[in-house]
Amino acid sequence: MEPILAVVVGILFAITVFLFLSRSYVRIILGIFLLSNATHLLIFTMGGLTLEVPPLIPPGATVPTEAIANPLPQALILTAIVISFALFAFLLVLTYRAYQALHTVDVDEMRDAEPLVEEDGA
Amino acid sequence: MIAIAVLSGFVLAVFAPFVHRLTKPLSGWVLAALPAAIFFYFVQMMPQIAHGETVRAAWDWVPSFGVTLSFYVDGLSLIFALLISGIGAFIVAYAGGYLKGHKDHGRFMGFILAFMGSMLGLVLADNLITLFVFWELTSITSFLLIGFNHDKPRSRRAAIQALVVTGGGGLALLGGLLLLGVAGGSFELSELLASGSIAENPYYLPIFLLVLAGAFTKSAQVPFHFWLPNAMEAPTPVSAYLHSATMVKAGVYLLARMNPILGGTDIWELVLPVFGGITLLTGTLLGLRQTDVKQILAYTTVASLGLLVMLIGIGTDVAITAAVLYLISHALFKGGLFMVAGSIDHSTGTRETVRLSGLGKVMPLTALAGLLAGLSMMGIWPFFGFIAKEVIYEATLHHDPRMWITAVAIIGNSLMLAAAALVGLRPFFGKLLQTPKEPHEGSPSLWLGALTLGVLGVVFGMMSHFSGEYLVAPMASAIGGRDIHTALHLWPEVSLPLALSGVTIFLGFIWFWQIDHLRSLLYAATQRLWGPDHGSDQFLAALVRVSKNLTGLLQTGRLNFYITFTLTMLALTLGIPVIAYGLLPTSIVLPDVALHIYGVFGLTVVGALALLFARSRLQAILSMGVTGFSVALIFLIFGAPDLAFTQFMVETLSVVIIALVLLRLPVDTYDRRDFLPSLRDAGLAISIGVAFTSIMMAIGAEPLDLTLTEYFAANSYLEAHGRNIVNVILVDFRALDTLGEIAVVLVAGLAALALIKVRDGILTSPDANRVTREDEA
Amino acid sequence: MNSLILRTVVPLLVSIMLVFSIFVLLRGHSLPGGGFIGGLIAASSLALYMIASGSQAVRKALVLHPMSIGGLGLLFAVFSGVPSYFSDVPYLTGLWYEPEFFHISLIATPVLFDLGVYLVVVGSITAIALALEEWH
Repeated sequence: MEPILAVVVGILFAITVFLFLSRSYVRIILGIFLLSNATHLLIFTMGGLTLEVPPLIPPGATVPTEAIANPLPQALILTAIVISFALFAFLLVLTYRAYQALHTVDVDEMRDAEPLVEEDGA
Repeated sequence: MIAIAVLSGFVLAVFAPFVHRLTKPLSGWVLAALPAAIFFYFVQMMPQIAHGETVRAAWDWVPSFGVTLSFYVDGLSLIFALLISGIGAFIVAYAGGYLKGHKDHGRFMGFILAFMGSMLGLVLADNLITLFVFWELTSITSFLLIGFNHDKPRSRRAAIQALVVTGGGGLALLGGLLLLGVAGGSFELSELLASGSIAENPYYLPIFLLVLAGAFTKSAQVPFHFWLPNAMEAPTPVSAYLHSATMVKAGVYLLARMNPILGGTDIWELVLPVFGGITLLTGTLLGLRQTDVKQILAYTTVASLGLLVMLIGIGTDVAITAAVLYLISHALFKGGLFMVAGSIDHSTGTRETVRLSGLGKVMPLTALAGLLAGLSMMGIWPFFGFIAKEVIYEATLHHDPRMWITAVAIIGNSLMLAAAALVGLRPFFGKLLQTPKEPHEGSPSLWLGALTLGVLGVVFGMMSHFSGEYLVAPMASAIGGRDIHTALHLWPEVSLPLALSGVTIFLGFIWFWQIDHLRSLLYAATQRLWGPDHGSDQFLAALVRVSKNLTGLLQTGRLNFYITFTLTMLALTLGIPVIAYGLLPTSIVLPDVALHIYGVFGLTVVGALALLFARSRLQAILSMGVTGFSVALIFLIFGAPDLAFTQFMVETLSVVIIALVLLRLPVDTYDRRDFLPSLRDAGLAISIGVAFTSIMMAIGAEPLDLTLTEYFAANSYLEAHGRNIVNVILVDFRALDTLGEIAVVLVAGLAALALIKVRDGILTSPDANRVTREDEA
Repeated sequence: MNSLILRTVVPLLVSIMLVFSIFVLLRGHSLPGGGFIGGLIAASSLALYMIASGSQAVRKALVLHPMSIGGLGLLFAVFSGVPSYFSDVPYLTGLWYEPEFFHISLIATPVLFDLGVYLVVVGSITAIALALEEWH
């Protein structure tokens, strides 16, 4: 099962990279959305996959009675989902603020902080 | 108790500005109570240590790395601790008077107390890492103190220079200490000292060189001597305390401390005396070139440090005794002379020797202090400096029959004598000259310390039996790593050392008599020389140039370039191992699972591809939803209901928030790249994707380490009373992680909020008020 | 959004969702759920309320500024570790003072911690959503 998900993750990463390399800030943001999903899936896959048995201890037992899904990557991903969501929201706000200030989302035109000085001399 | 003595300096440093504000006219005396208390604490340890006992105290710091916060008191560290706390008490009181009215007076007091704590920690440290930490703290506090008048460019330059030189040496020292810990089998100095020399160890040479680099930079040995005279930009209490009596002796301390471990080898006995001797001559010659009192004192400090290094390098019983004697007497007279110089500056407004004369009549107490310290520095009977000089000659004569070292010592000492006369005597005799300010005697805080140190110079000399028993012998034994008990004689025997003393004094007075000729001669000789002082400026300038060019090359200001660069690096880091180890998958075995699972996988990919080709914002939002929800389905299928629910909720909220923002951006989301760049980017994207897949498959083929998982599963209910293992990990086993993560969420929220609100130019006050106002409207 | 149906149904729906979110929060130790999920459910319900009745209504209903709620949550989480000091165990070690009932043990530091997580998630996300809604 893992190899198939590895392919899925690979495709997600490839699309992420392609989005990152575009000139529009909005598309970079979309890439970040995909990146977090791809990363979560990567961690999830690497922790080993088990079909349909959640990591719960059944009532009456003190330890899991059957083979359960690996809870460790799940705990890592759970917080990661919420954090990437919060950061994603922040980035969206940042994009809009930048757009308001600079009237563009083209990354090559957003250069107030680092103006091209070298080119004058060349 | 030792830890309190060390750390209390830092604690008081934090509160020093407040204490200063509360007790303003007397703050120097109030704050000096702490160093004084520490001093008396160490005094009561003297008999115990003099009997050869040692005291050790340790607390775990980073036990997994063998780092302990441990302190060790023996003869060597005790004398240093006494000097640091004793002189420190006078310096703090002195600074109270010296900086009166300065706007940052309170801050200065804090710095100097923090320095005292660092220095105490350095000399008392037992653990090598503890020693290094305090070593660096002295560099940092020294930086702060040299640059105290930070509005002056010269101060800033001197501070940076000192920090770069001593900090660079500190890095070398760290390397040396780590190697020493590994080679010697322990990170505790007390254990290393007990096991003795490591000269046979294959790492001896690198350890020796690295430790030497640390010691030489800190103790301003040629060619690293230049930072010390520049450090005189600092207020005089700093010069008296850090740059003569204590911090610059840290390098000497280190060499003395390491003597039983690293000393006694051929290279030790060659390198230390040679560099020490060169430093002695360089320091004195450059010193006599100066007319500024503080500069003269600074260069003679360099020279004295050279003399100490030379004596430690010789390493015989007599030489070590001489080093100890000279170290103590130097701390007393040089600390005193600096304070005198500061008082003169404070009272007359100048430090130029040619303009200072006849001050004895107007500042009698300062004059007395200067006289006592100056005579001790000159090595006149019955001062402590005299005994030191006798033993120095005894040591050099004994060690080297060809008289090279003795000759160096005689020239150095006689030049130093001239400098001492210039600073300690000349300003107070003769006719009173016109000075920028009307000279007057300062407050007691300005002369008491110098006078006390001067008197101690006589007392220790007169009571040579006491000082030999309680000060010199324990320290010399600790340096030598063996019992060293040299009898000190106040009344010299008629012998060669006494004759050499006579020669020294004779030569010294000739130099002093002809000082003006000597100065112009030296000035002419050195004026055109390229020195390391200039070199360090050139080095820093070159560094700035190189970084500027490198920055210009890498920081183009184009986000696209940064991303491409980073991702290319990522592709290389991932791709090279994939190709090198042949991890590229050749075939994929399709597992036999229900079709709907394939369907979900397919949906994930379709959503991502749809995002890639989305032509409008609405399409993009929908595609994100498809991907997000199919990822949630994957979580659900593979036994992660918690993740699935979280992902579902996040996707729902994402749609709300994305809709709120993205729909206001009046732009298209589709690509505007040309064909060729697109092709290049696609190539990069596909290679990264393939690399990820290959590595994941290769790792997946290896067995999974389930130790942690099994631990959590076994203890989740029994220890943490929870049946949902994921939740137990989050709120119990790894709660500290979660705490950090929710803090991130909160900060992200705050940052977003700030970005939104800053548009109005003001941060709106709590919105509850606004609600009612707008409701009324 | 000015829809009569939405405005009528939403308050009921929101209250049910809020109660459900607390239920999910509390059962999290034994069954799927917990502070993160509960917080997200509550945040969604508030977002729904915001869409139906506007941001001012949500602010009024919350009384406190949403960021204060988040800050309070972080404070809860930080303080849930403090009792560990008195029991001489490392910071944030879970402590129970009562046996559990109905599969939920309420008097325990992890419960307080999870409540903190819940409040941080609700507070931060609601704060962003409200601010974005009011942003012109």
